[in-house]
Amino acid sequence: MRTLVFLEHHAGELLKGPLGVLSKAASLGDSDVAAAVVGSGVRQLAGEAGTFGASRVYVADDPQLEAPLPQPRVDVLARLVRDRGFDNVFLANSVLAADVAAALAARLDAGLNWDLTDVVGEDGRLVGRRPALQDSVYVDVGWKGTPRIALFRSGSFDPMVTGGRAQLEDAPVELEEFSMGVRMLEQAHEESEGPSIEDADVVVAGGRGLGGPENFTLVEELANALGGAVGATRAVVDAGWYPYSTQVGQTGKTVSPKLYIACGISGAIQHKVGMQSSGVIVAINKDPNAPIFEFADLGVVGDVHQVVPKLTELIRQRRGQ
Amino acid sequence: MKIAVCVKQIPEGAHRRIDPTSKRLDRSGEGALNPFDANAVEEALKLKESTDEAEVVVLSLGPAKAQDALRKALAMGVDRAVLVSDDAAAGSDLIATSYALGRALERERPDLILFGQQAGDSDGAVLWAAVADRLRRPMVSQAAELEHADGSVTVKRQTEFGYDVIEAPLPAVVAVSDAINQPRYPSLKGIMGAKSKPQETLALAELGIEADRAGEEGSRTEVYALNDPPARGENRRVEDDGSAAEKVVEFLVEKRLV
Repeated sequence: MRTLVFLEHHAGELLKGPLGVLSKAASLGDSDVAAAVVGSGVRQLAGEAGTFGASRVYVADDPQLEAPLPQPRVDVLARLVRDRGFDNVFLANSVLAADVAAALAARLDAGLNWDLTDVVGEDGRLVGRRPALQDSVYVDVGWKGTPRIALFRSGSFDPMVTGGRAQLEDAPVELEEFSMGVRMLEQAHEESEGPSIEDADVVVAGGRGLGGPENFTLVEELANALGGAVGATRAVVDAGWYPYSTQVGQTGKTVSPKLYIACGISGAIQHKVGMQSSGVIVAINKDPNAPIFEFADLGVVGDVHQVVPKLTELIRQRRGQ
Repeated sequence: MKIAVCVKQIPEGAHRRIDPTSKRLDRSGEGALNPFDANAVEEALKLKESTDEAEVVVLSLGPAKAQDALRKALAMGVDRAVLVSDDAAAGSDLIATSYALGRALERERPDLILFGQQAGDSDGAVLWAAVADRLRRPMVSQAAELEHADGSVTVKRQTEFGYDVIEAPLPAVVAVSDAINQPRYPSLKGIMGAKSKPQETLALAELGIEADRAGEEGSRTEVYALNDPPARGENRRVEDDGSAAEKVVEFLVEKRLV
């Protein structure tokens, strides 16, 4: 079984999500796990993939691939899969990767299963696990024939350093005319300081219960003390209290940090699906009936304005800050 | 300009369940227009209102009663509706659905094809990309703002890293985010008028779609089993009596998180 993992990158770094998927692919017992790095000036990055379990990295390095747009990436990956006969193509979910995965499926007439949280080899076949209907049911899904394309939920796997070295190989870049139609006029740059919310080990998130945008400083200070990132709910993003790039939930980011601290968040389903796979969930809310207490590991019934600043202070003391 | 909006009818939230026998979503109960698709319909109507001559058509693949969801789009102001409906299409996955929609869109030849950002039932958020590849057209997703001028669209969109501004020449495929607008409610006049607007139903054969490219046969994925979700967390609770912050720290220390 030969697997190709699409390694997305941003601002000169490979993203943690796809590196986790790469480690997962390497753990399935394949001797030959390959990765693809597509972009402009990315040769250096490609070399780093060996450390996470890739035995071979295909590098498509071309100025035409500078902007992170999906269609040129589909051209490159489709060619690789056809020429090299991969059985599986794995991707970690993102705005870019979802578009790449679906267009690649159409191009190759291949099955795509998305939102997977795990994949296992069972009786010689590959089985994907997908939570469905607001995670109330876990569906075992499969593929008819190859290649099988799998898009994994963000944060499903941790990257594991194997210390190996990958052999680099140039991937041919031949782009379709329609793939070159879209032009990036302005490209997004990281707006927030500190770790990006999807890659952070700790996320401290704020909701309506904070009472107003000015109180987000409570959340920011706690995140800062813990070396984490700040998240927000749909409600407060809609109200303009905090930027969309921090939104956690069904229509925002899906995060699974080691620790998630929810401050003044009720735990509506729209938010829950974005953070419930976090390692440990601590919730602080003054409403004892808030749904978030049903799935929090530790629930504090109390006023965020009292509890959060104290907590920040105690953590700072502990860490000698 | 001709704008096509691809929409889906989804089961009402309270009735959403997976049929344990077919392992498919149970679509027998009440259905509604996927709320995320209403954003795409709204955006199409706004474009129509700002353009001299434009036609907006909604297009769907689904059971016969999906006409109800299409009627809501007509009531909002869409000009006509096309439903591809066939027993042989039941259980279509991304590959089969994108093929059928692609064929229906080739027949319509729109300048702009719009999608909503996700299906409210399956959480699928990828169909547009497969359709765009089948039609060999430029594609942009997650549009939070959309402007049309001189044969192209300019899109401001949200990603994990902030906002991109992207230009796509028409004909193009654009998926809009639910931040792009507030969909209008159909007026009483709109609801009454919808009944007399053209609503077409097409079988697969009428689009030249081979039976083995639709439904389960035309799909490349399958469902093996349904399982209960794993149990979650240990669910400890403290009431704040002034010492909650200390208790949280103790808990974090116990979990080796600080």
